[in-house]
Amino acid sequence: MIKELLNKKDIDRVLSRIAHEIIEKNKGIENICLVGIQRGGVHIAKRLSAKIAAIEQADMPVGSLDISLYRDDIGMRKEQPVVRRTDIPCDITDKKIILVDDVLFTGRSIRAAMDALMDFGRPAEMQLAVLIDRGHRELPIRADYVGKNIPTAMSENIEAQLEEEGLEDRIILQAKE
Amino acid sequence: MKDLIGIKELSKEDINVILDTAASFKDVLKRDIKKVPALRGKTVVNLFFEPSTRTKTSFELAEKRISTDVLNFSVPTSSVVKGESLLDTVRTIEAYGVDFIVIRHSSSGVPHFIARNVKASVINAGDGINEHPTQALLDAFSIVEKKGGLNGLKVAIVGDITHSRVAKSNVYLLSKFGAHIRLVGPPTLIPDMAGYGVEVFYNMEDGLKDVDVIMMLRIQTERQGKGFFPSTLEYFKNWGLDTQRLELADKDAVVMHPGPMNRGIEISSDVADSAQSIILDQVTNGIAVRMAVMYLLGGAKENA
Repeated sequence: MIKELLNKKDIDRVLSRIAHEIIEKNKGIENICLVGIQRGGVHIAKRLSAKIAAIEQADMPVGSLDISLYRDDIGMRKEQPVVRRTDIPCDITDKKIILVDDVLFTGRSIRAAMDALMDFGRPAEMQLAVLIDRGHRELPIRADYVGKNIPTAMSENIEAQLEEEGLEDRIILQAKE
Repeated sequence: MKDLIGIKELSKEDINVILDTAASFKDVLKRDIKKVPALRGKTVVNLFFEPSTRTKTSFELAEKRISTDVLNFSVPTSSVVKGESLLDTVRTIEAYGVDFIVIRHSSSGVPHFIARNVKASVINAGDGINEHPTQALLDAFSIVEKKGGLNGLKVAIVGDITHSRVAKSNVYLLSKFGAHIRLVGPPTLIPDMAGYGVEVFYNMEDGLKDVDVIMMLRIQTERQGKGFFPSTLEYFKNWGLDTQRLELADKDAVVMHPGPMNRGIEISSDVADSAQSIILDQVTNGIAVRMAVMYLLGGAKENA
């Protein structure tokens, strides 16, 4: 059974709010760079960047980060995760980096993302923005900006289906096979 | 997949995955910190039964950049290693708890034999006159980087094809991707590879006409005087690549060489150093490709 949690409109409204929150919390966008985690996070980061740029009438740099090489479960999966491209558009040292992901779950991806990013420099600060927080953290990690908190069971899957992947924008919940 | 033994055994799909992954590793090599923790805790042994500087250095750097612990196990090249003692050597090494064995051997088929007998992932770094798969992969990566693809390209492989594992692996790979392969060299040094759709040219000028890629092979000077070709001077006159001959190829043709080069024997200095030469790109790409191979072999659960 598939349950739709957010539709296209909902996602857009949530991202508008997060864009405003980012600007408010940081008192503008000076010295900020968004970095999306491959793949869903990259799409979300680009959308946020466009919204922030429109509100602030300024460029909002956005990068993409692949975390496959920093995962803590290498050798424990059936196949190696596909290594996607990493593109960090600016020198991150002394910048405020806002990590962006679609779904926050155990926190392990975020741990890997923090390690991966540290190899590019020493940011002044890192913040975390996620579209969905589904709970079940296994590491002491929390998000600074959350689109929607959705309590889930471990037996369930949350999937962010996005237009950039050729799908219709929606967030769905379904039982794992 | 547990091992990388030869290009022959790989599908087009497998090769595409390796090349795509290598592109990501090439990005890693451009960073200030050129090392990623992907294979932390894994151990590799470089088992070279045949002298090698370039391939071994490239593998070793790739191994370090992907955070494996590296052991070098050099074997005296003069000793004839019999099947049984070879297996003993490898079993001893496996007992150290290694996850990867990178092997070069002067006899064809040794990596296959070892792969069947150990749990570790075996990577063929060149076996006899059979295959040198990582070289063909890095060559393909280098061509794709400059030409955008392999399908339909005219590729001339020039030199001693018979004794070249690099040429063999490249023929296997290029034929899978629909390239037009030309083998160019003296009749004594070109084997029958008709099954791979190759064209054979004994005349260098005809062979180079309009090609997009020229792969030069190293002429092993120790083969001189064994009846394969009259002399190195004579060889250069007939099959050496100089500026004049390079002009016969497409104007955007790239020149490749797996190294080490014999300047003045198979390739002239001005060609080796020309803007069309991508010989040094091949060296850099080799590290990325070897990292990709190790990453892809190194994580699968069935290896654990």
